Amino acid sequence: MAEKEKKTDFTNPKYYTNRELSWILFNTRVLNEARDKSIPLFERLKFLSITASNLDEFFMIRVASLKDMVSVHYDKPDIAGMTPQEQLEALDKATHDLVNMQYSTYTRSLLPLLEKNGLHVIQAHEDLTKAEGDYVDRYFKDSVYPVLTPMAVDSSRPFPLIRNKSLNIGALVKKKGENKEMEFATVQVPSVLPRIVELPSGNDGKRKVILLEEIIEKNIEKLFLNYDIVCVHPFRIMRNADLTIEEDEAADLLKEIEKQLKKRQWGQAIRLEVEADIDKKLLKFIEKELKIKEEDIYRIAGPLDLTFLMKMYGMEGFDHLKKPGYIPQPVPEMEGEGSIFEKIQKGDILLYHPYQTFNPVVEFIKQAAKDPQVLAIKQTLYRVSGNSPIIAALAQAAENGKQVSVLVELKARFDEENNIVWAKMLEKAGCHVIYGLVGLKTHSKITLVVRREEDGIARYVHLGTGNYNDATAKLYTDTGLLTCSESIGEDATAVFNMLSGYSEPLSWNKLSLAPLWLKDKFLSLIQRETEYARRGRKAKMIAKVNSLCDRDIIAALYEASSAGVKIHLIVRGICCLRVGIPGVSENIKVRSIVGNFLEHSRIFYFENDGEPEIYMGSADWMPRNLERRVEILFPVEKEELKQRVIHILDLQLKDTVKANVLTKDNVYEKVDKRGKEHLDSQEEFCREAIEQGEKHVTAYSSRTFIPETHISDAGLQ
Amino acid sequence: MDVKTFAAIDVGSYELSMKIFEISPKEKLKEIDHIRHRIDLGTETYTTGKLSHEKVDELCRVLGEYAGIMKSYKVSDYKAYGTSAIREMGNRSIVLEQIKMRTGIRIDVLSNSEQRFLDYKAVASKGESFHWLISNGTAIIDIGGGSIQVSLFDKDSLVTTQNLRLGILLIREQLIKLKLKPSQYAEIIEEICSGQIEVLEKLYLKGKKIDNIIVVDEYISYALAKKNRSYLDNYIDGDTYRDLMEEIQSHSLTEIGKLMQMPEESIFLLYISSMLVTKFLQTMGAGKLWIPGVTLCDGIGYEYAEKNKILVTTHDFEKDIIDCTQNISKRYMGSKKRGETLEKIALTIFDSVKKIHGLKKRERLLLRLAALLHDCGKYITMTNVGEASYEIVMSTEIIGLSHAEREIVANVVRYNYRDFSHYDSDWTGIPDRQTYLTVAKLTAILRVAVGLDRSHKEKFRDITASLRDRELLLTVNTSSDITLEKGLFSTRAVFFEEIFNVTPVIKRKRGV
Repeated sequence: MAEKEKKTDFTNPKYYTNRELSWILFNTRVLNEARDKSIPLFERLKFLSITASNLDEFFMIRVASLKDMVSVHYDKPDIAGMTPQEQLEALDKATHDLVNMQYSTYTRSLLPLLEKNGLHVIQAHEDLTKAEGDYVDRYFKDSVYPVLTPMAVDSSRPFPLIRNKSLNIGALVKKKGENKEMEFATVQVPSVLPRIVELPSGNDGKRKVILLEEIIEKNIEKLFLNYDIVCVHPFRIMRNADLTIEEDEAADLLKEIEKQLKKRQWGQAIRLEVEADIDKKLLKFIEKELKIKEEDIYRIAGPLDLTFLMKMYGMEGFDHLKKPGYIPQPVPEMEGEGSIFEKIQKGDILLYHPYQTFNPVVEFIKQAAKDPQVLAIKQTLYRVSGNSPIIAALAQAAENGKQVSVLVELKARFDEENNIVWAKMLEKAGCHVIYGLVGLKTHSKITLVVRREEDGIARYVHLGTGNYNDATAKLYTDTGLLTCSESIGEDATAVFNMLSGYSEPLSWNKLSLAPLWLKDKFLSLIQRETEYARRGRKAKMIAKVNSLCDRDIIAALYEASSAGVKIHLIVRGICCLRVGIPGVSENIKVRSIVGNFLEHSRIFYFENDGEPEIYMGSADWMPRNLERRVEILFPVEKEELKQRVIHILDLQLKDTVKANVLTKDNVYEKVDKRGKEHLDSQEEFCREAIEQGEKHVTAYSSRTFIPETHISDAGLQ
Repeated sequence: MDVKTFAAIDVGSYELSMKIFEISPKEKLKEIDHIRHRIDLGTETYTTGKLSHEKVDELCRVLGEYAGIMKSYKVSDYKAYGTSAIREMGNRSIVLEQIKMRTGIRIDVLSNSEQRFLDYKAVASKGESFHWLISNGTAIIDIGGGSIQVSLFDKDSLVTTQNLRLGILLIREQLIKLKLKPSQYAEIIEEICSGQIEVLEKLYLKGKKIDNIIVVDEYISYALAKKNRSYLDNYIDGDTYRDLMEEIQSHSLTEIGKLMQMPEESIFLLYISSMLVTKFLQTMGAGKLWIPGVTLCDGIGYEYAEKNKILVTTHDFEKDIIDCTQNISKRYMGSKKRGETLEKIALTIFDSVKKIHGLKKRERLLLRLAALLHDCGKYITMTNVGEASYEIVMSTEIIGLSHAEREIVANVVRYNYRDFSHYDSDWTGIPDRQTYLTVAKLTAILRVAVGLDRSHKEKFRDITASLRDRELLLTVNTSSDITLEKGLFSTRAVFFEEIFNVTPVIKRKRGV
């Protein structure tokens, strides 16, 4: 047996799935939500919109990166043995299929349903009635025309810069009265105006909307007065943005790119979306100017850029077609008299968002800012909401004379500008702001409050799996821990010492940090289960992560599986691991939960021969998390809390509604419900949280009002 | 709230570290924070004798941050000490003044013997096992960056303490310079240290049984703690240690790093440290090891707590200094009995003229040491005892004494024989006027004491002293003939008169 095990090379590429293709599978799962008839119509719009914005990001980051690799002739195969060129080829088909499915969902399922439910989406301006036409023309004149910048191209005027991700209208035009060659003209559909324009409703009470680009198309001749318009069609491009390559890629690739910097085409268009029936000449012109390849052109049967559906979701008057909003419930341990510090002193507190409110975390910092005994507050911030109450509290703390240290991660994708603004504001208030670490993204979520108490210094720590963002905390499922454990407090101090540039402590008590020891810690925890299995003991592990694509971890999981460890993985997104490979992964089960809330918590359970250990943390099982980010893994040690975390995992493993199970054919299927109860784990968590909150209210019969601190955002965007 | 927050700063040769302590009678020394910044001061000062502007800037920047951290913890007091790198800096005073002006932090410089004494105190502070250990033959191996201090204990008393130039950084430099393969490390380390360790063994270990070794080192203690939590307080037997180290040494450095989850830069040092301890373990044949993992900062904290009477020490550290001095005296054939007589007389006089000399407990200790060592030079020459004694004292490490204090003892011993020269004319070596005055006062007392014990027959063992107007009455309770002493006394007493403006007078106790 042992001999045979040795022979299996668990890193063999054939045991792995390419991460990009796995991501496509994930986005398909989200798309399946949009196709799920049991889901309220407007929720389905939202899911479709999410798949569109997901895909945009995927192109800008992942596809762009692969194109870079190809352009510098970097052909190192990935985890699944595919070269960048091979990956691009596979993706070409997969993305086109995905887009086709998006639009068939939109036109075949959703549009008719909208129509049926009293919302008529006018697809082309030609379909407008006379009165409606007059209305949109007036709207064009009053509101649209002033913000348009039409541009024509001829020998004296070069091809204009087409902005990344922007929606544009291209036209072929001819000078009036002259029989000269056709010219290209373009105008950007302004992003400052709403994409959806509602028309006055008719007598039948039906509401009608039309998209902005159709209104512009209808009035295009007003923009090019001296020209005859030959044809008009919208188009949209995606560019290779300069922020694509960073932490996701291997160091040797970065070197290669540095060497061949000139070859890399910054801002090169990598995807062109056009209407399916676009004029051939017009397309040819755009194609030539943008130097785009045929396979990168997406001919779309419907409106370009479906992210407008998120705005449609936000339209008023369709509440009956949406899922009723869920109000995060109060945390029972937080109720009653006394400061938050006294409550934490009573014992560690587990938080489970968004089922439970994020308020205790905000309150933790707010009270620390005012508490006269508090000496210092230290926090890492990755992405915060606009107008964040946490930022306000930190600033106030500094003004109150507390020592406030904040590590602000400026490298958080797409959030750079936003972060700089409030980081500057914190600095002004007297906080010590660290703008990230060189070469590392600080992804850990930790807050330390140092308090001077009767018996000396006491440390209160919040550790979490999600960002300190009160807005996303209503949409993302995350877990957190409030504790005043001395050993975690010491570690937290050491974490901030390290983040301030001081040496690593010689030892850690409880926390494991990436990029230092986290990966080793995971590997050793997995190997420990393997050892138990080999000795014939019961060995089991459960891991819930967002992505799984680290080769070392997967190989360790394969080894564990082959030794007999029962492994349950709950992986929302990318999963490069394959199940059901004989002698490799027969004992591994993978499921993905895609629900109304974005699954975001990372939880790890190890059986440890009957003495289970539970960890939570900020890191996914991706090389970037384990090697190029500052991440923290923390244990849950209090028995009662352990049971609650086990319950969370347990319910998710029992989910029969939102769970998709990975099959040995490498596709995801909904759970076979036969003989199983109908269980939507997210619904169940909501129900439980309400029940707990209520139980508490009756038990203490005094109710504290929990003020909402932030108006709920319409969506994930 | 009787909790004091205290910051201890160690400006070491390769690291600038600060520990924040809470000190209270209940919790004793509780470490709240430990901040470390790696900065190599040693290489520069050891080679050039100076510290570059860049390093001074970095030092100031980090110390400034430390000052901020102290403020954030609202520490009530701090102590910052510089060790060998600062000690060997030619422009020390200037740099320290700069630091003081720029950061507000005042750094005092520790001599090697003071530094080791603090380490030693740190060990003692770690608990009861220390006292139990030193009742048998015990060696403290204090591993530093530049050197190792080996202190031997027997029956509760400090036998000797020796400094070996075998610091782990020094060894590391050598290994790097030699461009060795890791597989050669073990052999070369053995070669580097065996010479010095053999000398130590021949001179000081012969016939002594060393049962226990206490190791002062950061790396091994953490490695042990990492390896197995069950090594409570890192107290293990020699065999377990050997097994453990064999395991460590059979892995590559990178593997050890992963195994121990220790920073890479520490692994090399851990490796050297563990090799050294293995070597000592072999040489001394000790059966038990205690590796409490203390640092200089712990010693600084302990010293502060002790001084401020927050902690009551259970161990008599002054006794260690005296024990150590008695052993030095013994080494140079000093008579124990005579030393004790002299000590007693000298202290009797010291105590009786307290009002007019204004010296404190610490100077009293120095006087005792001077009395014990007053004629050690005669081991080398009978004619120039003063100078020879001076040289011996100056080149012998006396644990717990600062350089200045050692200089006081050496000078008192020297001027016991030689005509006193005055500060205002030709003093060299003595740092300031205050020290000079202390030397003068102690010399005056020692001279009288030596004068009373002229015949070396301990006739004046039983003596009382009392100050009456301008006279110091020395009443002796003896039936022996004291003609010699009385006769020669006046010459000895002149200097005392000069210093204190009081005349010592010998009287025999009535009724004897």
